[in-house]
Amino acid sequence: MSMEEALQTFFAESHELLQEMEDRLLAIPALAEEDRSETINAIFRAAHTIKGSAGLFGLDGIVEFTHVLESVLDKVRAGQLMMDADMVSLFLDCKDHVARLVELQESGATLSTDDQGKGNELVARLSVYLTDTPQAAVAPAGEASHPAPAHPTDSLALESLGGNVLDNDNWHISIEFGTDVLRNGMDPLSIFRYLGTMGHIVRVVSFFDRLPALSELDPESCYMSYVLNFHSEADKATIESAFEFVQEDCKINILPPHSRVADFVEAIKNLKQDDLRIGEMLVKSGTLTQRELDAVLAYQTAQEQGDSASQDPHKRPLGEMVVQAGIVQPEVVEAALHKQIQQKKAKSRQQQSIRVDAEKLDTLINLIGELVIAGAGVNIVAHRSGQTDMLEAASTLSRLVEEVRDSALNLRMVQIGETFNRFQRVVHDVAKDLGKEIELEITGGDTELDKTVVEKIGDPLTHLVRNSIDHGIEPADIRAARGKPAQGKVRLNAYHDSGSIIIEVQDDGGGLNRDKILAKAIEKGLVEPGIDLPDSEVYQLIFEAGFSTADKVSNISGRGVGMDVVRRNIEALRGNIEIDSQYMAGTTIRIRLPLTLAIIDGFQVKVGNAHYVIPLDMVIECVDLPEENINDGHDSNYFSLRGEVLPYMRLRESFEVTGETGKRESVVIVKYGNTRAGLVVDALLGEFQTVIKPLGKLFERLRGIGGSTILGTGEVALILDIPGLVQQMIRKSHHETSRASVKE
Amino acid sequence: MTHGIPEAGPLQLSGEVNIFTAAAIREQLLARLETSPRLEIDLAEVSEIDTAGLQLLLAAKLTCQSKGGDLTLVHHSAPVLDVMDLCNLTHVFGDPVVISSN
Repeated sequence: MSMEEALQTFFAESHELLQEMEDRLLAIPALAEEDRSETINAIFRAAHTIKGSAGLFGLDGIVEFTHVLESVLDKVRAGQLMMDADMVSLFLDCKDHVARLVELQESGATLSTDDQGKGNELVARLSVYLTDTPQAAVAPAGEASHPAPAHPTDSLALESLGGNVLDNDNWHISIEFGTDVLRNGMDPLSIFRYLGTMGHIVRVVSFFDRLPALSELDPESCYMSYVLNFHSEADKATIESAFEFVQEDCKINILPPHSRVADFVEAIKNLKQDDLRIGEMLVKSGTLTQRELDAVLAYQTAQEQGDSASQDPHKRPLGEMVVQAGIVQPEVVEAALHKQIQQKKAKSRQQQSIRVDAEKLDTLINLIGELVIAGAGVNIVAHRSGQTDMLEAASTLSRLVEEVRDSALNLRMVQIGETFNRFQRVVHDVAKDLGKEIELEITGGDTELDKTVVEKIGDPLTHLVRNSIDHGIEPADIRAARGKPAQGKVRLNAYHDSGSIIIEVQDDGGGLNRDKILAKAIEKGLVEPGIDLPDSEVYQLIFEAGFSTADKVSNISGRGVGMDVVRRNIEALRGNIEIDSQYMAGTTIRIRLPLTLAIIDGFQVKVGNAHYVIPLDMVIECVDLPEENINDGHDSNYFSLRGEVLPYMRLRESFEVTGETGKRESVVIVKYGNTRAGLVVDALLGEFQTVIKPLGKLFERLRGIGGSTILGTGEVALILDIPGLVQQMIRKSHHETSRASVKE
Repeated sequence: MTHGIPEAGPLQLSGEVNIFTAAAIREQLLARLETSPRLEIDLAEVSEIDTAGLQLLLAAKLTCQSKGGDLTLVHHSAPVLDVMDLCNLTHVFGDPVVISSN
């Protein structure tokens, strides 16, 4: 390639680089601080490459100017300077000026005084960033005419004085030839000539300090050492190959040019392979040659052995050694170390989690469901056979199945945090719409629950959060009047509580107005007047379909239709919803959900010939039905448990089961939320792993039944919907109390 | 030519000044140095020079200087200039040379 052709390439390349520089500069303001480094690096590289290439062609004007620009960019890159909007526009001006300089070169025109002035002004403005005392830096922008002494701080500036080619764009090769080189038929000069075919030897400095007086001289020994400044596009291994025949008895040190450092760092970053050692990484990136690595490693081993003898087991890291030996620049080693740490991190993350198709997981859960049922079958057969070894095997099997089931279900567990975090945006948007200032606080984000539940809880939660912001949190003026901080607070919280997960939506707003709700309910005929309802039940009224207190409706949300849907959604997940509220102080809505939807530990009971399963989490204890209640028929719905009055219900009556009554009746005490109640059954059959099969469409609306399961014998058992039954009992008792009070 | 020219006249080197001839040339140089620390070497006929030759000349120069004299090289042939240029040694010898165009 002739000089002219090369120059044309330089012009074309420069324009491309400048365009890239501009694009990157314009992208900067939109980037977050931590995402900028790559872009800044690209800008720096563009400036650096232009400077380096311009230097090759002896375009001093461009070199001088880009050098100052590069120095500022270097500070930005090193994090010593922040790139603000001013700096971006300054850099854009600089880019234009460089483009102008390149164009002038291209057209062969000389620098006009205008351009000169512009350049000086820009240099002055850039120099502001280079001086360590920013206060003194304000002035230079004005006095544009004498910029030259404005960058005395910069040691790099000296480089461009030495010659057209900057030292730091060249390979630095130092070589101390062994005494026998000449005798072995090698001539350093021919090696240099060979090097010359790979690039351009910019400078050779000969050292002859080992040279003795002529009388002492062995004319066949070599006493010379050289330092070469070598410009080449070849990689390190290729350059090293020039010394192939002499390297055994020579000390060779090849230090890559500074401009290569960025490339090496880049190469290290892009290394695809995992698990590389520092040395391997350096070799792969081309910084270190295999021979150098071997030598350093051998030295390290030797040192180690020496050290262990001298009771000092300090092993110096390879990176440190190669830097100290001057083979590799410290920046490159740093990049390699960084990469290594990243790899380790990535690896540990990989080990922590693995992505699995949700469908595969569902298949597994289904299979385990079947396994549980089959296991129950085996158990029954074992019991029937009465063989001890068979029973033992069966019980081991059951235990394992149980463990497998638990871990399989665990696979489906995900943290609720991600769902919670989505609400930051919801809160931000809704608050902005309503002109309120709201802070969202999230706690318990690491609480785990079933993936299906997480997916389905999003909508109801959104509704509740919107509600809190709209109706809960008061406008700023009212808050001020009530002595609350102007910024409202919505809190999302999650925690585990005996087989359930509790999700709370809390606000520090106005709370529910009990009287207003009650009045509305009476007006709507939902509650009969004169009955004293507990607070929690009054609040439950807001979940009734079409319920809304008039002055609370807005276009964002209305506690009418929406809350009704929320409740139904939650109930579809076998959950329930409670409200705690203090007028003027705030509201807490508490959603209680089962941890999983697929398999539960059940408690099997029998009424007549029918089997029922009660979720074991909800069973508190089992007692015999007290004598006085045995024949009390329909009149009484309460019995006394150690002095505590509990409502109870005969499943036989509720489900209209026919068939023989057992000899005695048992009561299973269940608890749901804060309510306890008794269920009267004929027989207690004990714990039973239950795979929940959803009810068919036809039976979906059945009250008191939550699902079905298949027993080991192949029979079907119905799973009781305890929340539904408990509520039914409470409602019934209220109804009767109120009817009783009306009669009176 | 006004001063420093040894009585014996310049030492003429010709042909190869390399590892093969270095020993012999060294003897010649040493012999010359016996008489005077001032030495002039005419390189016009040197057809080839290598590192061995180069360091020989260097050593001679240093030795002359250490004895208060100097070594002057004249009429550098093209191969000599080429090598001195390559190794950047011209200024070390400090002799006036015709600077090559490349």
